[in-house]
Amino acid sequence: MTALTNIMRKELRELVTPATILPIVVMALLFGSLGGAIGDIQKQAQAKPTIGVVPMDQGVLANVSLQVLKAGATFAYNGTDVDAALAAQGGNGTAVLVIPANFTASILGGTRGSIEVYWIMRGAGLMDSFSSGAVEGLLAAVDEAISAYLVGTGSSVPPSVVLAPTVRSDTVSYRGVVMEGVSPAVLGGMLTQQSTFIPVIIMMIILLAGSMVVTSMGMEKENKTLETLLTLPVPRGSIIAGKLLAAAIVGLFMAAIYMVGFGYYIGGLTASAPVDLAKYGLEITPIDYVLLGLSVFAALFAALAMCMVLGTFAKNYRAAQTLTLPVTFLAMVPMFMTMFWDFNTLPPAAQVLVFAIPFSHPMMAMRSLMFKDYVFVLAGIGYSVAFALVMILIAVWIFRTDRLLTGRFTRGAEAGARKGVWRLVNLPGRRA
Amino acid sequence: MDDGNAVEVRDLVKNYGSFQALKGVSFSARAGEVYGLIGPNGAGKTTALRVLATLLRITSGSVRVFDIDVATHPEEARKVISYLPEDAGAYKNLTGRQYLEFIARFFVHGDAEHAMVAQGVEIAHLGERIDDKVEQYSKGMARRLLVARALMTRPRLAILDELTSGLDVINAQEIRRVVKEEARNGTTFLVSSHNMLEVELLCDRLSLIHDGVVVETGTPAELKAKHHAANIEEVFMAVAA
Repeated sequence: MTALTNIMRKELRELVTPATILPIVVMALLFGSLGGAIGDIQKQAQAKPTIGVVPMDQGVLANVSLQVLKAGATFAYNGTDVDAALAAQGGNGTAVLVIPANFTASILGGTRGSIEVYWIMRGAGLMDSFSSGAVEGLLAAVDEAISAYLVGTGSSVPPSVVLAPTVRSDTVSYRGVVMEGVSPAVLGGMLTQQSTFIPVIIMMIILLAGSMVVTSMGMEKENKTLETLLTLPVPRGSIIAGKLLAAAIVGLFMAAIYMVGFGYYIGGLTASAPVDLAKYGLEITPIDYVLLGLSVFAALFAALAMCMVLGTFAKNYRAAQTLTLPVTFLAMVPMFMTMFWDFNTLPPAAQVLVFAIPFSHPMMAMRSLMFKDYVFVLAGIGYSVAFALVMILIAVWIFRTDRLLTGRFTRGAEAGARKGVWRLVNLPGRRA
Repeated sequence: MDDGNAVEVRDLVKNYGSFQALKGVSFSARAGEVYGLIGPNGAGKTTALRVLATLLRITSGSVRVFDIDVATHPEEARKVISYLPEDAGAYKNLTGRQYLEFIARFFVHGDAEHAMVAQGVEIAHLGERIDDKVEQYSKGMARRLLVARALMTRPRLAILDELTSGLDVINAQEIRRVVKEEARNGTTFLVSSHNMLEVELLCDRLSLIHDGVVVETGTPAELKAKHHAANIEEVFMAVAA
């Protein structure tokens, strides 16, 4: 064995441990499930959009339009009742297109024909815009077909109308709020601008504060201070709570600084927004900000409690750095998912995954609060608190076992030690 | 528990999975006594001390400290003990004084805290260096600070693992002097060492541990006489053989 391979073997033995492999395996599994969710959405995006059409005009240009729409979309409704068309959209419908009675006559008379589009917006994420984008494409195809017809028949319609024969009248319905003169693209863009910043902040805070807790445990072991701490007349719960609260204070301090910047960010966006969302009741009130703060605190506390459990696996500073990987990934999953999709438009399995990650809730809270979905926000806060409490109980339990010092879990008073021991990692410090 | 016994260990077994570190250890230390556990590396000394310090759970047997069962009432036991691990460290970002203050606040408050810290500063005997950061201490200075931390709280039982580990002769003698003085003030000491000559100098009574079993118990003089040995090291070699 050469010196090189000798050193390599020693390094590999130190680096390849359950503590380093487990997070990677968990990440791979999570990535796999994430890939499945993305695949499902992509399949949906490639499918024809489902729409309803209400042709009030029997003229030739209305028929041209209908042929284009029929070729590129699935009709959930084709009749003359707008309300019935909206009701017929079910869970897949994207829009109801109303072609008014004077459509053909207007265009042939030299005036652009109006198409009323009632958008049924199901999500405001980037990926949610696929279906509305497909309908936008169909409307462009309608324009092209009408232009081609006008040119082909040698009509005397002015060139400006030939080139752009229709105008749209958009009305969007999203989460029960109906907004006139707003398209899904505009609304989605505004909501994304407002809610994209929060997930990034949450992820950064969780990673910074979480790594503090994990590193703190690693350092206690590396500096050999943990044994002394555990023999002092202080309850185990106080040790855990002290570490968590200190990290939470630092985390919230960081959050406060970020939120000040966020306030200016929102203020700037609102001033330059193309649509005044407040007109539709879509604004963040002071109570909403309090709930957002509670959601952030609950998620932060859940993250810190989880990091405390992970920290018990850290045998030194280096191992502690590795153990922050699962937290990093768990923070990234909801960050990306909430950027690309609305919670409501995720497949059920992905919804369960996103809801189960406590960090998701403050990331989704902003949009939910804007649409006054308080039940969802409060449920998220409640879940995060429950998650944190369970993690704290696990941490207290680990602190009461030999686990911290020996790297092993033993059952009860070790009565079953001869029958079996759950070996997780072998930590230094086991000396007989 | 017998009258006057500070520590009562009966048939103590400690398993690490399939490995049996302690195989039925029994011994008792009287109040105010300096009691030694001696043996080679791996004999089970540190495991026994960690059990007494409430850090490890008992597989079977019983351990009582001043009549407190450490298995069922570890919180109560921690109020009367002080444990100094062999390779203990202190928080490097604190000064020596800040470290003593941090520890003192777990026990007392107000004027009593200041008095306890003053006691610790005196035991540590670091002079002006007590206000330096721990990260700037030599190994000997850090050990003296940790000994001071362990003794300034006036514990009823001080459990000291490899008391003079890493100390030079002068520092080791000074620490032994402090231990003897505190024992005269009423503190019971349970010390471990693989340095058998040191234990002979320090301990009133001792137990020899070998391979997880107590193989001999008595005063240094009794053991030397029994085995016709010049020192405890020779006693141990005779017993182990």
